[in-house]
Amino acid sequence: MGDERLISRRQVLVVGGAVVALGQMVGRPARAAAGEAEINRILAGRTAKTTGLTLDVPSIAENGLVVPVNLSVASPMTATDYVRAIHLIAPENPVPLVASFRFTPASGRAATSMRMRLAQTQDIIAIAELSNNDVLIAKAEVKVTIGGCGG
Amino acid sequence: MITRRDFWAAGAALASVGTVSRAAATQAITQDNLLAFTPLGQVTLLHVTDLHAQLLPMNFREPSVNIGVGEAHGRPPHLSDGAFRKFFAIADGSPDAFALTSDDFVALAREYGRMGGLDRIATLVNAIRAERGADRVALLDGGDTWQGSWTSLQTKGADMVACMARLQPDAMVGHFEFTYGQDRVLELAKAQDFPFLASNILDEWKEPVFPASRMITRGGVNIAIIGQAFPFTPIANPRWMMPDWNFGIQEELLRANVAAARAKGATVVVLLSHNGYDVDRKLAVRVAGIDVILSGHTHDAMPRPELIGSTILVASGCNGKFLSRIDLDVQGGKVAGWRYKLIPVFADAITPDPAMSAEIAKQRAPYAADLSKVLGRTQGLLYRRGNAHGSFDDLICDAMLAERDAEIALSPGFRWGPSLLPGQDITADDVYNATAITYPACYRTTMSGAQLRDVLEDVADNLFNPDPYYQQGGDMVRVGGVGYTLNPNAAIGKRISDMVLLRTGAAIDAARLYRVAGWASISQATEGPPIWDVVGAHLRNHPEVRPRDHSNVKLITT
Amino acid sequence: MAIATPRVRLPAIAKKGDIIEIKTLISHDMESGQRRDSAGVLVPRKIIKLFEAQFNGRPVFSADWNPSVSANPYQSFFARVEESGTFEFAWTDDDGTVTKATAKITVA
Repeated sequence: MGDERLISRRQVLVVGGAVVALGQMVGRPARAAAGEAEINRILAGRTAKTTGLTLDVPSIAENGLVVPVNLSVASPMTATDYVRAIHLIAPENPVPLVASFRFTPASGRAATSMRMRLAQTQDIIAIAELSNNDVLIAKAEVKVTIGGCGG
Repeated sequence: MITRRDFWAAGAALASVGTVSRAAATQAITQDNLLAFTPLGQVTLLHVTDLHAQLLPMNFREPSVNIGVGEAHGRPPHLSDGAFRKFFAIADGSPDAFALTSDDFVALAREYGRMGGLDRIATLVNAIRAERGADRVALLDGGDTWQGSWTSLQTKGADMVACMARLQPDAMVGHFEFTYGQDRVLELAKAQDFPFLASNILDEWKEPVFPASRMITRGGVNIAIIGQAFPFTPIANPRWMMPDWNFGIQEELLRANVAAARAKGATVVVLLSHNGYDVDRKLAVRVAGIDVILSGHTHDAMPRPELIGSTILVASGCNGKFLSRIDLDVQGGKVAGWRYKLIPVFADAITPDPAMSAEIAKQRAPYAADLSKVLGRTQGLLYRRGNAHGSFDDLICDAMLAERDAEIALSPGFRWGPSLLPGQDITADDVYNATAITYPACYRTTMSGAQLRDVLEDVADNLFNPDPYYQQGGDMVRVGGVGYTLNPNAAIGKRISDMVLLRTGAAIDAARLYRVAGWASISQATEGPPIWDVVGAHLRNHPEVRPRDHSNVKLITT
Repeated sequence: MAIATPRVRLPAIAKKGDIIEIKTLISHDMESGQRRDSAGVLVPRKIIKLFEAQFNGRPVFSADWNPSVSANPYQSFFARVEESGTFEFAWTDDDGTVTKATAKITVA
């Protein structure tokens, strides 16, 4: 995924201190159709609540190839009330579904951390599926920037 | 109704030296006068930040343009000159006007002399410790301490470590420190008698690299000092220099560290921060339980702290111009009162601390002959601060255009580096003070007009994004050979317009390739001579510098 | 490509009913299938597509990984431990190769 797009879009350029991400500056990107389809596939017609799922990502990516993500849902994680899965989607990536994390009551806590690749600035989406079939959704923007001049 | 002004006035300190009439001012600036402070409560916190390795007194002109966007619009520190003086009731022509604003800088500099010098700061710190009792005083270093001079570059920060050891801070945090490489930072941090703190730096296991906090007891009060490194270091500076570490604001970690400090018995929680002022203002709203934020990075100096809820936000300037003192009265397990003074370090009024003077001389001695070399002379003021333009950066850009045969020059929007007065010699020391970084290569490349515009737009968003958490500090990348119009309040991707190649007056062509020179690239594979050699060569050919009084950038400020 | 080398961090001892954090790292290029080499040729996809954790033979946590997961994948999660025993971790590659690691925990 990401790599090819990172290279074609970012065109390594040495500049006022930076690798230039070309074509990313003009407005907020429209969500790719594939990303939209992925979200709809997971929601499967259900209406997602916008509270309860914490998606913790940096406001600005230090490195588009390694963007830390923390995900959590406050849940008792009992046999009858637990989080089954959390899906992580980067709609503007060539393969929008980044990962699906599957929990069990033995997880004890519905929380996970990982690192992902981001092709460009975009709104990251997380969707949690609960044992009672409820779904939760969260969104957070991560900016992929040139950087290089702070100080 | 409580006005914004009332928040600022609340808890404000003594009448500052700014009320003294201009004629009497030079006599009125005395060491005793600068130190005058009616002590309050049990605890005194001293804050010095963004020294940028400036061991000696110098001139430093504050910005004439400091635009705030979004909520920061028109609020300190995003005021300059007359608006700044009006807000803080500073008399025109006063020492405070000289220290804190930019207009009339040259005339006032001749009247009031240089500021800063670590031996002067040592005198002030020692005097406060003696008067107050050292067991009531904590000294905190807000970082960007080890970088900004030739001696710091040559010794990889060791000169500053040796000098700061004499000042005996209780903790420090970092930013440009990391540009000596992660191994060097660990090595120097380990060699110090006080901790290098960072709540927001994690290793590959997402575990802390440095201690997040330190508990100290002053005046019988348990105080937690939590440290915050510059969150965007691997973006603003070369990431390959700290490849294994992850930074970021890390609000959740900070909340956990505040809670942990309270659980361990801290009555007062202090955040020693290199976040930058606007980031700290937002953070103070979002992270509960911090009593005082000692803010650094953006080089803002304010004569009164801002109160955000119950959090006191202190901004102490840079380059050794100021020492902040805040006294806390702790009653019933919380901060019941406080008193603050931004102490301007007027070098001529303060007796240097002999031990620190000797240490500074010792650190500089091996390089003294090189440093004192006169390379040129400036006919006008050379300064750096300003959102889009600085005359010292014009000199650097002119040097790149001439010496690297480029049509366009790009120079980073660094906020450090002293100012030089009209008629002053430009020494090698002065050039290093504006350029001494560990990634100095002056590259030469070609760039299309579209790429150039994308660069400017991207940097503009890092500076003028209305959400402070997307702001990285620093200023606009400086340009030579090209002019443009900048609208900070426009949307992302729409702030830059009317780009013109100055040599011909022609509009910049998106499709055409231009020869571009620049320095301070964050790419590892950058090649070219160090920028100080480029500036040195240019000064050999053009030793008389005539700074332009106009900017290549037209700012839309409404 | 390099042989995948897993590393795992978790406490050696815990109290009954504790929820412990488990951190894992594995060295792997996670070749996305989207990248072109210096000759412009598309490098074939080769990623770890599945991570699984079991405790005493019972599933605790798993993750389906896609090409947007960073190289040298890091994965942390939690487990409630009621008894002493062994965690088993398995990373399954596109080609079916499975890399395994185990870690014991004593529950007092």
